[in-house]
Parts: sequence; C-alpha cells; structure tokens
Amino acid sequence: MRPEVWSAMAPFASDAFGNPSGVHGVSRTAKNALEESRERIAAIIGAQPLEVVFTSGGTESDNLAIKGAVLNSAPRQGLVTTGIEHEAVLETADFLKRLGMPVTIVGVDSEARVDPMEIAGAVNDDTAVVSVMMVNNETGTVQDIAAISRVVKTLHPHVLLHTDAVQAFGCEAIDVDALGVDLLTISAHKFGGPKGSGILYVRNGTALEPVIHGGGQELGRRSGTHDVASAVGIAAAAQAALDDRDRFETEIKAIRDHMEQRVVAVVEDAVVNTPKTGRSSHHLNVRFPGVRNETLLMLLDQSGVAASAGSACQSGAATVSHVLEAMGLTPDQARESVRFTFGWTSTMEEVDRAATIVSDIVSRLR
Amino acid sequence: MSGGVDSSVAAALMSDAGHDVMGVTLKLWSGPNGEAPTAGCCTVSDAEDARRVAAQLDIPYYVLDHTDDFRDGVVDRFVHDYATGRTPNPCIECNRTVKFDRLLSRLDDFGCDVLVTGHHARSREVDGHWQLLRGNDAAKDQSYVLSMLTQRELSRTRFPVGELTKQQVREIAAEMGMRTATKPESMDICFVGERDYRGFLHDVAPQVFAPGWVVDSEGRELAEHEGVAGFTIGQRRGLGVALGEPRFVIRIEPGTSTVVVGRRDQLDIRRVGLEQLTWTRGSGADGPVMAQYRAHGEKVPGWLTDSTLVFDEPQEAVAPGQTVAFYDGDAVLGGALIVSTH
Repeated sequence: MRPEVWSAMAPFASDAFGNPSGVHGVSRTAKNALEESRERIAAIIGAQPLEVVFTSGGTESDNLAIKGAVLNSAPRQGLVTTGIEHEAVLETADFLKRLGMPVTIVGVDSEARVDPMEIAGAVNDDTAVVSVMMVNNETGTVQDIAAISRVVKTLHPHVLLHTDAVQAFGCEAIDVDALGVDLLTISAHKFGGPKGSGILYVRNGTALEPVIHGGGQELGRRSGTHDVASAVGIAAAAQAALDDRDRFETEIKAIRDHMEQRVVAVVEDAVVNTPKTGRSSHHLNVRFPGVRNETLLMLLDQSGVAASAGSACQSGAATVSHVLEAMGLTPDQARESVRFTFGWTSTMEEVDRAATIVSDIVSRLR
Repeated sequence: MSGGVDSSVAAALMSDAGHDVMGVTLKLWSGPNGEAPTAGCCTVSDAEDARRVAAQLDIPYYVLDHTDDFRDGVVDRFVHDYATGRTPNPCIECNRTVKFDRLLSRLDDFGCDVLVTGHHARSREVDGHWQLLRGNDAAKDQSYVLSMLTQRELSRTRFPVGELTKQQVREIAAEMGMRTATKPESMDICFVGERDYRGFLHDVAPQVFAPGWVVDSEGRELAEHEGVAGFTIGQRRGLGVALGEPRFVIRIEPGTSTVVVGRRDQLDIRRVGLEQLTWTRGSGADGPVMAQYRAHGEKVPGWLTDSTLVFDEPQEAVAPGQTVAFYDGDAVLGGALIVSTH
C-alpha cells in the first residue's frame, strides 16, 4: 500500500471510528470522509458522486454489475461477455446460465482481443448487459471499450455496457463518458490501495437489483455498514495513482519492455503471449517452450522473483489459464507460460536482476 | 507433505539435520469442476496443514499439480481393475507411477538431491547398494507399498520416520508444537473418501457395471447382480444368496459378467502368476522366497519360478491385482503384481 494511503486511512480505524449512518458527531466525521472520498473518485473517472458505489472489491463490483443488471431488466435477462474475463465475471455468467438466463461467451483472437462487431452481433433483444474487460489481467491486452460501446449502443440502445477496469486503472485514462459505459469496476489494491476495497460506477438512471440486501446503504445498491477506512483508502490511492500515471506510463512501460527484450534475447524461442500493440504498460506474458511453468515459478520464488500463471486454486496449485486457452494456446502451451506484472514500486534495477534470474533458470531447465 | 503427521515430521527431521528442504504437496484429484475434495485426503484443509507446518519450519512450500498423472496412472487403472475382476491397490500404483516416477523425475529441475517421504520404511546404503527395510514400527510398516522401488528410486529417496515408531513421531510433532501432532491417520482411499468404493465407481464409471449372475461352482444361477465391479475375491456379504452355509466369492469372470461363489475351502490359492516383477537390487533369482501379499499381512514361504509363485501352504482369498512383496528378514527383495491365481 502507498504510505500516504495508509496515513489517510488510519484515523478511520482508530479515533474516527464512527458509523457514517449514525446521528452523532463522530458519525458525521465519518460520513464526511466517506462522501468526500466518493466525490474524489467520481471526479477522477468523470462521474457524478452518487454514481459511485463502494464495494468490497473487484469481484463484488463485477457481481453487482452483471447480476444486478440481469435481475433488474426482465424480460431481457441475457449476458454477452468474452472468454478472457476474470473469474468474477465468468463464474457469474455460469451462475446466470444455471438459472436459465441466456449467456453468450464471445471468443477472442490470438492476441486475446475481441472484435467489437462480434460482440454487437451476439447482442439481441434478450440481452440485458454486455461485459468486456478493459485490460486483461494475464496478457495485458487492451480492448477498445469505446468502440464496443458505440456499435452495441447504436444497434441496441437498451443494452447496458459494463467493463472490468481493475487492471486498467492507474495506467489507462478512465473517463466513463468517453468509454461510453454504464457500469465500471475498479479495485483499490491494484493501484496501491487497501485489499477488500473497490467501487462500481453506476451511470445515473441505471437501476440494479442489489446483490447484498439489507439496511439500504449506498442508495440501496449495496447494503452493509460502510467500511469508511477502505473508502478513504481507495480515494487516496486513486488520487496518488492519477498523480503518478504519467511516470507509470513511461517508466513502468520501459521496465516491462526491458524485461521482454532481455528474456527474448537469451531464450531465443521464447514466445511473447502479450500482444505487440494495444497492450498495457505493466503486463508481460511469455511462453518458454519445454519449460513447465509450475517448476519455473517455484524456482523463481526461491530466487526472490514473484511471477504467476493462470490463477491459483484454493489448495495453491496453478491451473491452466483460460485466457491463454481462449487465445488458442494448447493446455500444454499454457502450462509453459508465465505472467510477470510490474507495479508502481518496480525499478529498472530489480527488473534487470529478475530478467537475469529468469533467463538463467529457463536456460538451466532446458 | 500430505498434511499428516508423518510427512510433517519427515520435513522437520531433514530440516533439523541441516538440509536445505522444500515442502511440496501433490494435488492428485479434484471434483468434476476442478474443486479440491473436502473429504478424504488431498483436501484444502490438508494442504493448509502442510503449508502451515512448512511455514513453521521456515521452508518454501508448493502445491504441485499431478492430477493428470494420477488420473491416468491410478484412477483409470483402479476402475479398469475392478471392471475386470481384479482387486487393485491404488496407493501402490500412486507410488509406482506418480510419487516415485513422475515426481522423482522432477528433482533435477527443482535443484533437489533427494525426495523425502513420511513412509514408515527404512533405507540404507550398503556396499554401494541401497536396501529397503521394514519400518521400525512393525504395526505401521509401509515397506510393502514401496516394494516396487529399485536402486534408481531408492538412491534418490529418504524415509526418515521409518527409523521411529509412530508414537515417537507424534511425540516429536507435539514437542515442536505442530498442528498435525494429533491428527488422525487417513484410512480411506484418498479419491474415494469415506464412502464405499462401489459408490465411487457408480459415479465416475457407471459403464463398468454390466449385470450378470452369481453362480455356484457347478454353474447354477443363484442370483442376479449389477456388475462384477462390485465384488472382490473372498467377499462374503452382499452376494444376494442364502444357502444355509456361508458362501464366498471364489472367482470373477468379467467376460461373461459372472461371479462364482463357493465354500471357504474353495478360496484356497496354491500358486499365482506375476507381472511387473522388480528387484530392489535390480536382479533376483528364482527359488525359495518369503512373500507378503497384503499390506499388513504375514509373510509366507513360497517358491518362485518363471514369474509364478507357488505357496508352500495354500493361501486364502488371494486376488489378481494385489501386489506381492518379497522379503529377506526385514529387507525388501522386490515385488510383483499378481495377475492370475490358481
């Protein structure tokens, strides 16, 4: 977490421990902090304050966006999404399918990119919501959300558009009007904020059935006593990430590109799964033919390099990446692929060292 | 590290001895949607126990995915064996195909010298050869399920808890304050769990149940049954026949889906045909042997000739699919798979 984020949050975990829904002075302090945080985030993404709903993170925001839209728009209860979404979206899609709602999963090309026309083609009169992630968490592939919104909305004005922008915030400019979205997910821990804190942007006039029912907080869209410290944290982190974005886009991109060049130079048949263009600044997904990623990740961990592959199951074993499979890689090729993600604390020195370690280990394993 | 007390202590002993230790748990089986089982072994809570013990020992810890190897080498074989009238031992197949083959073959990649397990067995190097011996706790001895190991595997494997009794293992764990110190032993087949293996077969391979007849040794049809996969040699209960005196399954004929029952004396087996015969030292000789054909059975004398073992005294209810281990005193000489009985 960014140090300034923790200092902003800390009072609300100690002295200013009021419930913003209360009527006492200490509650008013908390309420002010909550609403000020809402305003700050709204300003950053080009929204109105009451369009910002505080949640427990990206997964809840995705669930609220999709279930909330589908359950509120009968008789239109369809979902159109892609094969490379986060599990928070794909498992929600699976749940809706089990309830009998029409769900269409649109495929992607070999760069994990979806064709806006194909999305639009999958939308019909039954569709309630379209959900496409802005930046893929495994490959860094960037989708043209504005273009998707344009074609979908032109053909089907009633359809809501959701984007999971968890990986995008902090490196891509996020303006909800420019993107043309009705619903947008952000998660604080991806840009130096606390874990367990997120927001869902909900465009004015978009009615959602809540996922969590209760005391009616957040205009009834998300009940439950407010976690004021987390709300303050995500706002502070969003501001810090915005202030740092120009540096991030140049420095972190340069660091990622350096890693890519060094690894490819040493391991001549390494295949970069991350696309050449239309990619984020901070993801690098590489396949090392003949090297089992499970073994590579273990050895990297022991050398102090934290990388990942697919997503971890509950026991801790790595699974085959559904994103890479959707791009057309075989399960064996997916098992040879690892993902490096760079953050706001990454430095050229440490990444250069990591590149040496990766190259050494891969060479030894082959 | 299974999450049990034996492998926990094995890791602790190696770590205390100054070795550079890394803990791994094998993910071997998952439900239809890839979820980890919640009962039996390989559960999330077992992996968590192993992870926490590794953290306590301050060693790196990883979960390795060997589900494909386990399905191909162990579960498919288990199903096939029951479908063809055999009595499989999946723990032995897991040792043979997963732990001491696929996992062991990854040691070099991991930069490791040896694989350490929590088996109650001992090994030692004598004149350049590795011996496999019974564990010091006779009641917990697991050398039988390791009898397929040869020099290649033994030279790269260590069994530190085999030097101890189970009681000593638990005492060490308790002294170290390990969360696994009093954890009960798992007695079930890990992927079957607490239920009957027949229920498992019904779930994963219903096609192996082809209805047929329970007949007596003269071929008289006594009762219908739903498939030979539900029977094992020596089985007495659940035959669906009432004849006044006890009847036992004496033979299974999968080709015609026939289960043959008979009197207890008809269970006697004089000789067995063997396959996959291995010798701990790499080679062995025909002649007199001491053989054990059940995990906690007695060893009995016999004579080995050309992949046939003749028991000195008839043995009751020996079944194809079981493993036989050969011993010289406490030392394992080798092992083989029983494929036919006479």
